[in-house]
Amino acid sequence: MRSKQQQKEEAGDQPVTVLSCPVELDYAYSAGQSASRFLRAIAEGKLLGQRCPVDGRVYFPSRGSCPSHGVTFGDDAVELSDKGTIVTFSIVRVPSPNIQLPLPYITVNVLLDGADTILIHVLDAKLEDVHMGMRVQAVWKPREEWTTSTANILYFRPIDEPDAKYETYKEHI
Amino acid sequence: MTSTVPEALTAPHHLSYTYKRSLGSVLSAFFTGLRDRRLLGVRRADGSVLFPAKEYDPDTSESLSELVPVEPTGVVTSWVWVAQPRRQQPLAHPFAYALVKLDGADTAFLHVVDAGSAAKMASGMRVRARWVAETKGAITDFVFEPV
Repeated sequence: MRSKQQQKEEAGDQPVTVLSCPVELDYAYSAGQSASRFLRAIAEGKLLGQRCPVDGRVYFPSRGSCPSHGVTFGDDAVELSDKGTIVTFSIVRVPSPNIQLPLPYITVNVLLDGADTILIHVLDAKLEDVHMGMRVQAVWKPREEWTTSTANILYFRPIDEPDAKYETYKEHI
Repeated sequence: MTSTVPEALTAPHHLSYTYKRSLGSVLSAFFTGLRDRRLLGVRRADGSVLFPAKEYDPDTSESLSELVPVEPTGVVTSWVWVAQPRRQQPLAHPFAYALVKLDGADTAFLHVVDAGSAAKMASGMRVRARWVAETKGAITDFVFEPV
């Protein structure tokens, strides 16, 4: 194996053909009232959505207003299950600098039971097993590590339930 | 009425785009030159030299390719003192951003002068490139210091 010094000397003979020019932006992010309530709830292991007063659809995570109707949501949070259905999925084989998961891994769009919007997360399953309609459940960090962060959910895993019927999730594909 | 609304949560949010760009022949030569501690300009049709080297003439849009070595010394034509550098800036201690016209070049470019104090800065002053210990082919491979 070549030493680091040897590799460096070899690289030193090669022209520089690529320039790294990262753009970095630092923000102080304020979650606002509605997302703060959502985050405080997830610190207790609860998943909160909110119901649109116009059409009754449940948005997850809870937010301040309805993106479809522009109306302000009230204070009535809807607690959702941490079980759901895979609506779509993607197998990721290309590394990304801010995602440390070993390749390949599975990203999934999960429709939580009781919600009308999807959640994007990762699934711990064999690549050949993942499929639309698969029933899954969140795997949480140990309770003592819970904070006001969605990172309390580590990933989703398949559960032993029959697949959801296509009609129950087709509008979310 | 007393408000019972809890305070909104806040958190630092660091957004980073890890851009890389391919350089093409002229800029590749320029940045390879920096790594090898050489400063390369490019000659225009009228014989004048642009530094840093550019791929195209900014006035006529002609393609440029004749690379010309310039000196690591030059003159400050304008400057501003950065008394409180920010995290992303090239030096952690106070420095000057200056327009520097290198000997052998006909244009000035914006770069860092590590002068120690604003009192040592003046338009017309002479500066010299000081290379970092390990060059890598980036404009941050050198700063200027007063001669």
